[in-house]
Amino acid sequence: MNWLSQNWERLGELLLNHVALSIPAIVISVLVAVPIGRLAFRKPILGGPVLGAASLLYAVPALPLLVVIPALAGLSPRSPWVMVIALSLYGIALLVRTSADAFAAVDRTVREGALAVGHSPASVFWRVDLPLALPVLIPGIRVVTVSTISLVTIGALIGVSSLGSLLTDGFQRGIVASVITGVVATVALALAFDGLLLLAGRVLTPWRRWSHEPRGGIPVDR
Amino acid sequence: MNLVEAFRWIADPGNWGGTSGIAARIVEHLWVTFLSLLAAAAVALPVGVLIGHTGRGAGVIGAFTGAFRAIPTLGLLTLFGLLLGIGLAAPMLALVILAIPSLLAGAYSGIHSVDPTIAGAARAIGMSPAQVITRVELPLALPVLIGGIRAATLQIVATATLAAYTADYGLGRYLFAGLKTRDYPQMIGGAIIVIALALILELLLAAVQRTIDQRVTRPSTREKLGSRHG
Repeated sequence: MNWLSQNWERLGELLLNHVALSIPAIVISVLVAVPIGRLAFRKPILGGPVLGAASLLYAVPALPLLVVIPALAGLSPRSPWVMVIALSLYGIALLVRTSADAFAAVDRTVREGALAVGHSPASVFWRVDLPLALPVLIPGIRVVTVSTISLVTIGALIGVSSLGSLLTDGFQRGIVASVITGVVATVALALAFDGLLLLAGRVLTPWRRWSHEPRGGIPVDR
Repeated sequence: MNLVEAFRWIADPGNWGGTSGIAARIVEHLWVTFLSLLAAAAVALPVGVLIGHTGRGAGVIGAFTGAFRAIPTLGLLTLFGLLLGIGLAAPMLALVILAIPSLLAGAYSGIHSVDPTIAGAARAIGMSPAQVITRVELPLALPVLIGGIRAATLQIVATATLAAYTADYGLGRYLFAGLKTRDYPQMIGGAIIVIALALILELLLAAVQRTIDQRVTRPSTREKLGSRHG
């Protein structure tokens, strides 16, 4: 606790860095993956290869990816952009399949009904398809958010500052309190974002009864 | 032109031999992956199967796998590294713990996805609970269960790279050594080898999963199992 009381400022600064790396990656993941997922659902000929590519991309280990991206993209190895690009790629890989599933879960007759009463295709997407896909989409975004926040820590290994710096500094200097603080702060941040998204989901899908989580198995990652 | 130099580093036969050569590092990496997977499976698979069979404790699995995703891998590795010292014990423990949620979820979801009427029919013709599990539920659960093993394997292979941060083991050494001495061809070359290894494992395990899926899935159960991994 003594260590923590002397390092409040640094903790706050690292927390901000952590958030600044996480949010762009999560937003980019959603903005890119949802249209691709919808395309994969609507054009199964494209969908198969796209989903296959996504699961291969997700299989690429994180640290090697962080090392290869600067060489491929011509960025400085320690640029925060390397981190954002890598995290976005994982987020997209994870979310494309969920998005395709989310749109597939929308009742076809509802979509056809909306077209029949005169909605334009764009209006069907924004006012029918997307809202009805949210119950599947939001849990997917929550998974991406939590794993992104947890993964940001790895950036510390290549010198990108985040709560992960508490882990590497703590290890190198033999300060257990620093490592534990890093772990606890990362988990707390992830759970806080997760809770926010859970609430957002409830607000955005008021027609669902939220007293019970959907029944069924637990999705296996990837 | 770091990439060209990285491939040149990989292509140099001089980097492949010896106790810290690429070949030896690949064997180390695969060995630690295999051992960790085995230990994690010994714990997680029986528990997952039992929970799937009885239906008791399913909520715990959901909460457990969800909460685990939030724990930073690097945090476990560095914490165990500090507590257990430099050596293979610390990363192994972290790898085993990290692999458990995927395996648990795979085993549970696999058994849970079996049509309850099939298990009921097996009981009705006089099978014991053990027979219902081993002869009916497990074979039908296999495609989903293998999916869990696939996820766990890839997670271990990826994390074993980080393990080199606290122990002199596996392909991650090239990354950290290269990073420290600014030997970028070595660093990027090592990264490319790890990525190739992970992708080969992924394709291999996906093929195994597909084969088993086709063999197990009969018309009567096709819809139920197929819906889980299209």
